[in-house]
Amino acid sequence: MKDKHVKRVDLIFEKIECRDVLEKIIDMEPDAICQEILESDLKGRGGAGFPTGMKWRFGSQEESSIKYIVCNADEGEPGTFKDREILDQVPGKVFCGMAIAARAVGAKAGYVYLRGEYKFLIPKLNEELAKFHRTMDEFNQNFRIQVRLGSGAYICGEESALFESIEGKRGEPRNKPPYPTTSGLFGKPTIINNVETLVYTVMIMKYGASHFKELGTKDSRGSKVFSVSGDTPKAGIFELELGMSVNEFVEEFGDGDTKAVQVGGASGFCVPRKRFEETIIGFEGVPTGGSMKLFNSTRSMYNVLHNYLDFFTEESCGQCTPCRVGCQQLLKGVEAVKRGDKNSKYLDELVKLAKTMKRASKCGLGQSVGNAFGSIVENFKEEIIY
Amino acid sequence: MVSLSINGMLVKVPQGTTILDAAKKLNFRIPTLCQHDDLCVAGNCRVCVVEQLGGRSLLAACATPVSSGMQILTNSLKVRAARKHVIELLLSEHNADCTKCYKNGNCELQDLSNEFSVGDHLLLDLTETKEYTIDRFSPSIIKDDSKCIRCQRCVRTCEQLQGVNALTVAYKGEHQKISTFEELSMAEVICTNCGQCINRCPTGALVERTYLDEVWDAILDPEKHVVVQTAPAVRVGLGEELGFEPGERVTGKMVAALKRLGFDSVLDTDFSADLTIMEEGTELLTRLKRALVDKDPSVALPMTTSCSPGWIKFIEHTFPEYLPNVSTCKSPQQMFGALAKTYFAQVRKLDPKNIVSVSIMPCTAKKYEANRPEMRSSGYKDVDYVLTTRELAKMIKQAGVEFRKLKEDKYDSIMGKSTGAGVIFGATGGVMEAALRTAYEIITGREVPFEGLNITPVRGMEGVRLASIKIEECKEEWSFLNGVELKCAVAHGLVNARELMNRVKSGDLIVHFIEVMACPGGCLGGGGQPIPTNEKIRKKRTEAIYAEDMSMELRKSHENPEVIGIYKEFLGEPLSHKSHELLHTHYTERVRY
Ligand SMILES: Cc1cc2nc3c(=O)[nH]c(=O)nc-3n(C[C@H](O)[C@H](O)[C@H](O)COP(=O)(O)O)c2cc1C
Ligand code: SF4
Repeated sequence: MKDKHVKRVDLIFEKIECRDVLEKIIDMEPDAICQEILESDLKGRGGAGFPTGMKWRFGSQEESSIKYIVCNADEGEPGTFKDREILDQVPGKVFCGMAIAARAVGAKAGYVYLRGEYKFLIPKLNEELAKFHRTMDEFNQNFRIQVRLGSGAYICGEESALFESIEGKRGEPRNKPPYPTTSGLFGKPTIINNVETLVYTVMIMKYGASHFKELGTKDSRGSKVFSVSGDTPKAGIFELELGMSVNEFVEEFGDGDTKAVQVGGASGFCVPRKRFEETIIGFEGVPTGGSMKLFNSTRSMYNVLHNYLDFFTEESCGQCTPCRVGCQQLLKGVEAVKRGDKNSKYLDELVKLAKTMKRASKCGLGQSVGNAFGSIVENFKEEIIY
Repeated sequence: MVSLSINGMLVKVPQGTTILDAAKKLNFRIPTLCQHDDLCVAGNCRVCVVEQLGGRSLLAACATPVSSGMQILTNSLKVRAARKHVIELLLSEHNADCTKCYKNGNCELQDLSNEFSVGDHLLLDLTETKEYTIDRFSPSIIKDDSKCIRCQRCVRTCEQLQGVNALTVAYKGEHQKISTFEELSMAEVICTNCGQCINRCPTGALVERTYLDEVWDAILDPEKHVVVQTAPAVRVGLGEELGFEPGERVTGKMVAALKRLGFDSVLDTDFSADLTIMEEGTELLTRLKRALVDKDPSVALPMTTSCSPGWIKFIEHTFPEYLPNVSTCKSPQQMFGALAKTYFAQVRKLDPKNIVSVSIMPCTAKKYEANRPEMRSSGYKDVDYVLTTRELAKMIKQAGVEFRKLKEDKYDSIMGKSTGAGVIFGATGGVMEAALRTAYEIITGREVPFEGLNITPVRGMEGVRLASIKIEECKEEWSFLNGVELKCAVAHGLVNARELMNRVKSGDLIVHFIEVMACPGGCLGGGGQPIPTNEKIRKKRTEAIYAEDMSMELRKSHENPEVIGIYKEFLGEPLSHKSHELLHTHYTERVRY
């Protein structure tokens, strides 16, 4: 057992001299960079948790004169606002992370896909970008970054939909395979990482993989930035060591009356009080892209669920059947149960439907609707029915 | 080669093969909806999901390439549950009033729900709370969103085969729909009415506007003399709707059936196709003379064909600066229509106001064409009603005619006689070939220098084809063409037409004569042809067209005795005043969206 339940960390927002890191990695062999990231066990912070080192190695092994680095700053998950903070506080580190990725795979161009609502950040980002490009020039590096503004669709945070969007098309997810490392933006090998992931790669290159690995657990190395919201006296952004239980988290952030925590936003899981103790926040338990929403006993979990379903019914891109129609059926279905038009058994049918959505949907959105649905219906059945 | 197992059976397939095709090799059919052989993979309906042993989620068989050692189950518990759910979901959003649907009995969703016995709907009926639009403004196409399953076949067709992009996906989530520019009606946008989308729609969301009742009313009206003309491609497609294999020619049976249906005169568009060659060929030679001899800078070359109304509307929208290049000849359908109520009426001593002119076409754009305000040069609507090949099949069924058992019959006269040159209008490259057969002979007095008159360089399925023919030893009056290499280009499918026109526009391609057919494969692949139509079927119909050509006594338009006759008795000569009045037209620039 760790002595402190919830341990604050200061890696992401630590002000560092990016120049030094850049100078260091420019002299490194691309493969050595991939190796260092691989050894750190860093997993993507955008939600899916794919090992970053592996992603980069795949990208580096592709034969192509054109490759891209994309920073996913779409941050559309309800309840997350950490990427905004990172871009606001330490934009240079984000670009630096992209440059490291570029060096690792041999890319010359990068894009930051910025959430439409974060337009206000653009002047600052451009200023920082000019500085970054000057540094690149000094080091004789031809890696260049552009900022692209999203248009407010949640689905455009999904990597392949994001590529479509940058390409000027309708933001709809593509079939996989091929994966982005083989065929991503403009059909070229592409590394796409979350804002936070990229900043961690900077810190790993600065302090070494072993330093990063000292934090966290076997399955969830390092720390993570959490966006804490809901019924909490301490809403805000916190970088914490991974590996804590929901109980430890609630002790720190709860208001004393927490009945459930939604870990990972609309696409994440709802953890009820009785599971706080046994549930680890991380890849071995409930993973999260950073959103932590606390609910106290005054909240109707029916309303919580209804909100999420409303969100998905709107934000599904609509192209595939299980997700487009499934979301509507779940939403209308719980409404019908609440009204008493359908009996409680109908919820079981809906749980089965949610399972099909998880298995048969084309992308992560449809596949994850069942997370919130299943966990809320299972744990708060009475609140849904009555 | 990749080895994998499907339902426990081993199979070896080339790398890149989809699970769907690998399963086909083992004779396992995996159901599909959004998949279509002509189109790129979408993977969005999810009906084709299969299980991979050890995999967390199911895989879309149409979109997933095989990998070595894969163990696929196409019929597991998980697969069945998911598939049934997907079909139920589609039905819950679908106006399933099947008995009243135009596509009843010819609907892929209906087949699937039947196959999976999706009887008592467990899910909620979502159609009750939704508002759907039915767009009936186009004379060719009806778009009924309440029947749309969002497979996006139509969108892909309009984009990938036709390069038109009239149909697009709009909105997201529950509001996602197939729409047009600013949700205007199909009649107000760039839609060419080609009907390729209709031909690929798995349900009744996109169908042709039918004029069956109007035609029956006319037939059953004793006052009316109903004239019917049949396009070349209909005879090689109709059989598919009536129990024949693709590629079986049913010309004689079709004629017999039309007579049984009660049409008063059963005539042939092939006749006016031959006539088109006379007019269009002469027009081309005249343009060449003006360019080469008179050095007239105002003459527009290359000249393009004008028989395909989808192409005409396309060029009016997308390359209006090239409208002077389009032959002023009406299409064979409209030439026929104008003559039916003038020449034919005169010879047969009928009052044109009692003539109802019907055409059977492989095409939905012809419905639009017949309704163009220019198409009234007889003083009446030249063609009253246009039916597709599919609608004719429906008529035959409605009338209880046992098509298979019919004895072959012959077209009536006049305007029923044709040549092989008229027949090949139905295939891409056919108009070009027919024109060359005639023009070359007019110029040189000799037959085209190709074995059996088969000008193979202009045939085939390549999207854009180029050919040239050297003109030598001309007759006296055409001596200015001595040594000229007549350069031709052929395109089919509007996406290829766009490419060709862009090459012409950039100056990269210099030709004299261009044939464009809006539909892939030409008219035989038209939007009004039997469903399904795909590459394999188009090839079969093409073979049938050329076989029909070979079977004809006459193979050159200028040898058609009825064509010779009409010039002698009625029109005078090609491009005469009367021809201009009845057989030629003009074009209009249209919006870009
Ligand atoms: C519906 C949907 C929305 C997503 N939105 C985001 C997002 O806003 N930001 C993000 O970094 N990743 C998002 N992702 C995950 C990305 O697809 C991708 O996995 C991620 O950007 C990879 O970066 P990482 O490996 O650094 O996490 C989303 C995924 C889905 C399915
Ligand atoms: S799962 Fe939903 S968001 Fe993803 S492709 Fe399908 S409809 Fe679009």
